[in-house]
This record gives sequence, structure tokens and C-alpha cells, in this order.
Amino acid sequence: MADPKSDDPTPEFGLDYAPAPESTAVVSLADEYGLFIGGEFVEPRSGRTFDTINPATEERLATVAEGDADDVDRAVAAARTAFEDHWSDTPGSVRARYLYRIARQLQERSREFAVLETMDGGKPIRESRDVDLPLVAAHFFHHAGWADKLEYAFPNRDVAPHGVVGQIVPWNFPLLMAAWKLAPALACGNTVVLKPAETTPLTALLLAEVLRDVDLPPGVVNIVTGAGETGAALVEHRDIDKLAFTGSTGVGKQIQRSAAVRRLPLTLELGGKAANVVFEDAAIDQAVEGVINGIYFNQGHVCCAGSRLLVQESITDDFVERLKARMTRLRVGDPLDKNTDVGAINSAEQLARITALVESGVAEGAVLHQAPCDLPPKGFWFTPSVFTGVQQSQRIAREEIFGPVLAVQTFRTPEEAVEKANNSPYGLSAGVWTEKGSKILWMAERLRAGVIWTNSFNEFDAASPFGGYKESGFGREGGLQGLGAYVRDAEGQA
Amino acid sequence: MGGHLPVNKTFKLFIGGAFPRSESGHTFQLRSDDGRLLANAARASRKDLREAVRAARSAQAGWAGRTAYNRGQVLYRVAEMLDARRDEFVAVLRDGGRSDESARNEVEQAVDRWVWYAGWADKVHQVLGTVNPVAGPFFNFTYPEPTGVVVQAVPDDPPLLGLASRLAPAIVTGNTSVVLAGEAAALVAMSLAEVLTTSDVPGGVVNILTGDRAGLLPWALGHLDVNAVDLSGAPADLPDEALADAAENVKRLVHGDATAASPSVIAQFLEMKTVWHPIGR
Repeated sequence: MADPKSDDPTPEFGLDYAPAPESTAVVSLADEYGLFIGGEFVEPRSGRTFDTINPATEERLATVAEGDADDVDRAVAAARTAFEDHWSDTPGSVRARYLYRIARQLQERSREFAVLETMDGGKPIRESRDVDLPLVAAHFFHHAGWADKLEYAFPNRDVAPHGVVGQIVPWNFPLLMAAWKLAPALACGNTVVLKPAETTPLTALLLAEVLRDVDLPPGVVNIVTGAGETGAALVEHRDIDKLAFTGSTGVGKQIQRSAAVRRLPLTLELGGKAANVVFEDAAIDQAVEGVINGIYFNQGHVCCAGSRLLVQESITDDFVERLKARMTRLRVGDPLDKNTDVGAINSAEQLARITALVESGVAEGAVLHQAPCDLPPKGFWFTPSVFTGVQQSQRIAREEIFGPVLAVQTFRTPEEAVEKANNSPYGLSAGVWTEKGSKILWMAERLRAGVIWTNSFNEFDAASPFGGYKESGFGREGGLQGLGAYVRDAEGQA
Repeated sequence: MGGHLPVNKTFKLFIGGAFPRSESGHTFQLRSDDGRLLANAARASRKDLREAVRAARSAQAGWAGRTAYNRGQVLYRVAEMLDARRDEFVAVLRDGGRSDESARNEVEQAVDRWVWYAGWADKVHQVLGTVNPVAGPFFNFTYPEPTGVVVQAVPDDPPLLGLASRLAPAIVTGNTSVVLAGEAAALVAMSLAEVLTTSDVPGGVVNILTGDRAGLLPWALGHLDVNAVDLSGAPADLPDEALADAAENVKRLVHGDATAASPSVIAQFLEMKTVWHPIGR
């Protein structure tokens, strides 16, 4: 085991890998994209467009339509027509076939989607290729199988689809979040108006091509690109029967305000400030890897990121040294390079937000450690960072940073770990590291969070429900529990 | 002087296992159809609501920490005590204008409802929980946990069965509840408080406030230490702003039927927790 101290006897291995860029030749982008409504790409009535750029290079990738309330209205009308005309009567076994087809198409075109996801969003190709895309295909495949088994999913209930579902997805896992929303909605017999995030619309638009290729009937899925105004128009639309949103807690609360007044069914998957709790009896090297993965995966643009490390006091110094040593080995840079660990920050706006929060941490007296690394001259980047000496009252301990920034706090007893971990308005996820099985379950029982990773972090699966407690939202995505959000009791039922 | 002059009951509030008057000193009169004074019931204030939420919060971890078997027995005990006081509840319902037969039916159904939900205590996990076959070396399972502190605007009609149909599924899994009973259901609700207090239900697990339900609901919806609000008996004209305030701490807003009985109702007051545990040597 390498001693990470300054008198490190480990020989230099020369970790400067030769560049290994993934080819972008697999992606053929149109110069402009319209809105996908009623099975075809149409010009926006708004007459407005916006550019989507590669955050690693700041180069324009394509020009995309910006839908306004009129466009949203047209999309909802298309979804309503599709629902009433045929989709609500389409047998589950047929809906299943469409979903299976979508899954297969995504598997076959996986590399193309992965490269495009990385170009548009800045995440390392290693992640879009090995995490996002396999999970996307799996989500459609998993839910395809539910479509014709709903009576077993909801025994003793006569369930029906809601009708037209409005779905708003974020920019951190653009296609994966779209899959998490679309697959259960379609499996249960709903039609959809989907709004992708402003900075990452392209994989959703490429998915529209797939939907056409598999002959999904027009209007079953409509995609309206745009920014906040477009999303607001979808939220406020009076002919929506259910809303699902993944994004920030701030916007989620605005959406809940609107939906609550209309008593509209709603699911929210919002922010987080997950505690990753490391006990002195953990497998330390494994825990270091888990903590690194927990916070630097996808540049920390992860709602369930393990952004608060709670480490037992007896091992804190050693653990932090190991963490800092491991950080220096992270390769930050070109997201398309197959060796890259940490890619580009998704947007200038997000970079400004991260920077401001990190500055607040320094101003409030926490100690900032950053791995020395050369950041590319263009694009949006943030050096992987760790704060020690963090107090609970500091913004970096309380607010979601949504970037590669870890706040380290300590604890003495398991009770104190629980107390500190739960001291947050959020409750999306948590991690526990110990080799003692009974302590794992003791912790898991007490942590107020929807997903608990033990001796692991940031694992996802189509069959595993995901979603939060408290201000991290309500409703689940994935598995049987996720399916429930997309059905209601049929008329005349309790 | 012949006959016995009845000793009339004083109806107060039920908070933290005690029966305080409203701190506001406000009451409202309830009269039978023929104008007889039934009670000067307590009109709970915003401060009473705060006290009730505090009591519910204090009791929540302990109640959720009981074994499911134990919570089941406590709810069954509620049914026992309710059944033993059947005649009293029939009388209260009749004072509210119900026929003898209708009142008796409702009391029987309410007893049945408490028994039915008592039995769910140690079955909810098996019906709503899952072991999930993830594509990796993990043992992955999902199980329900109580949401926390729930404020319940219970239905006016039917008062006793409606209360059982909303309250029992909320508390059976370990939530604690603050019940807001409207004026029409006030005496039924406070009579049930006497059942609860003699049924091994720990103090604070159920708190009952009577009076101005519509006036208290906005405070409940805006209260940051309330996890969920059950609107099944809420007035339809609740102000938009009050409903919107629920978003301030992302409260769960629950809409339900006055008499439905289903594990889906229990699920309205639950969170789902998923645990990943690696499999390895």
C-alpha cells in the first residue's frame, strides 16, 4: 500500500496517458432541429431557436427550436389525440413490443448516443458509454415487460393510465432521465410531452428518430425543447393529467405549488446532499474509491452525489490523506478521451454556481484542497476539490453544489453519524462504509434517505426504485414502486 | 327529587396523551337536532396545532421503533376498546341526527376497520416491499418506512368510520398524526380520543384538534415540521395559497376517500427505502 504522505516512496508510474479520443464520426448532427410533435419534426410557432454547445469546447453543435406556450399546447393536443384515439386502447402486449423495439434500437445505436451525450453534456465518454447508455436500454427493456403485466403489479386494483403526462428532465443524465420518465409512462399506457434540458437537448432529439424508426404511433411521445419558460408552459398547461419532474429543489417547489392548487398528480425527484459515512472498521481503500466515485462521478452533477463525507474521527487524518492522494490521480479533461475521469462542467452558468459556493466555503473558513491539474484552455472546468474543517452551518455543508466538491466532516459514534447525516432538508441517498454487517443495517434503518448504498455508491438499475425523502422529492423511478406513479385507480374505484 | 341528573362530559382537545383546553379559551356549541346543548367543544388555535405537531414529532421515532407486531396489537386494542363503548358511540352518532340502525352499523364498521388495519401492521412490508433483481453483485431490497408526522383533515361524514379509515392506515406503520376534526365530527373524534388513551396508544401518536378545520389547515400546510397533509376531509374551497405553501418543505399531499380500505391507503403515508448491499467473498 502506497504511503500517501509527502515522503511518498512510490515510484512515478507516468500516469500521463496518451490521448485516446473516441471518434465523433459515428454522430451525424443536423444543423437545426425542430420540435418533435405528432410524430414529426416541426418548426416552432414561437419562431425562436437557441444554440446548444459542447461545454468542453464551447463550439456550437446545433440550433434547436425553443418552444413557447403555443408549441406546448400543440404538443399536448397531439398527445391527447393519440391517447384518446388509440393509445389508451392499445393492448399492453403491443405497448410492450414498442418498448422492446426502442430498447433494441438503443442498444444497437448505443455508441452514437453515448458520443452525442458526451459532446452535448460534457460527461466522460467512459460514463456515457458504460453507465448511461446501458441503463437507458435496460430501463426500456425492463418496463417493456411490465406493460402487459399491470394486473400483477397492482393486484386487487383496477388501474388506468393518467392520460397525458408532462415530463421535465435535467441536464446531468439527459437521455437516462428521459428513459426513466418515458418507459414507465408508456408501459402504463400514457402519452407524453417531454421537455429536455436547455443545455442538453440532442440525445432526446436523436431518440425521436428512434421512436419514428420503431413506428411508435405519432403523438404518443412529443418532445418540446426549450428553457425554463417552455417548462413552465408545460407545468401550467390545463390539459395535463400528471406531471413528473427531475431537477433542482427550487424549481421542484415551484412546480409543486402549481400542481398542489390543481390537485394534479405529481412526482418530484429533486436535489440532495448525501452523506457518505465511513466508519473506522471500513475496508479503507475500498471506501476511498467509493468516496471518490460518490462525488466525482459525472463531475458531481448528480442529485444523489455523496457530497458530504462523514468520516469517523479516529481515521480522519489518514483517510483524508489517502483521499487527497487519490484525487491527484484523477484525469480531468477532454470528455471524449476514453481515459478521462472527470469531464467538463455542463454550462457556464453551472460553473459560476459551483465557483460561488466554493468561494463561500473559503470565506466561511473551511480549508480547500484541490488536486493539481491542467485544465483545457477552452470550455468549462472545475478542479476536483475537497473541503476539510467544515462546519454544519456553512453553505458548503448544507447546499447542493452539484459539482466536484466534497465537504468533509467527522463523527465519533454511530449515533452522531446518524444525527449529522440526517441533519439536512434533503434525503435522496446515503452511503455507509463498514465491514460490520449489523452496523450496516442499523445505519440503513436510521438514515432518512430513499437510496442507501452500503460499501458501494452511485449504483443504479432499472429494477431498483430511486427517489427521495423530505425535500428530495416524492415518488420513485424504477421497479415496481416506480410504476405506480403512472397509473391511477380507474373510474368508480376507491 | 326523583331521577338522576346526568353528569355531562366536557370535551377538550387531545394533545400528547393529555386533554387540555384550547390555549385560546375558545369554544363552540354543539346542539342536537332538537336544540339540546350537547357540548361546548374546544376550538383549537394555531398554537394548539403547533403543540400537537410538537407532540406528534416527539412520539414519532418511538412509535416507528416499536415492532410491527406491537403496533398491530395496539391498533387491535383500539378496536377492543371501541367495541366495548359501542353504545356510547351510537348515542353520539344519534345526537348527530343518525338513526339507531345507521349509527350501530357505522360503529360496527369502524370496529372492523381498526381490526383490519391492525392486521396490516406486520404485512405491509411483505406486500409493498420487494427484493430487486439488479444486474450486478448486489442484494437489493426496497421496503416501506413511515413518512413521519401527518396532519389529517378527516372527513365529516361518516364521522367514526371516516376517522378510522384515515387514521388507522396512517399510524399503523409508525407515523404519528394530528387529526383536524371539523365541527360536525368533533364529538365523535373526542370520544375516540378517550378510546385511544385507554388503548396503549402512546401519548402523542394521535393528537386530535376540534373546531375550525378550514382555519387550521393553512397553518398545517405551511408548517415546516409536518411531513404530509391528508386532505381527504378538507373543504373544497381551501385557498390556493395555502395548498401552494405545502411545497415549502415538499410535503406529501394526500387525497383520499372517506371509507376506502386498502393497502394503497397505507402506502399514501409511506416512503420507500432501497438498500444496496454488495455480494462478495
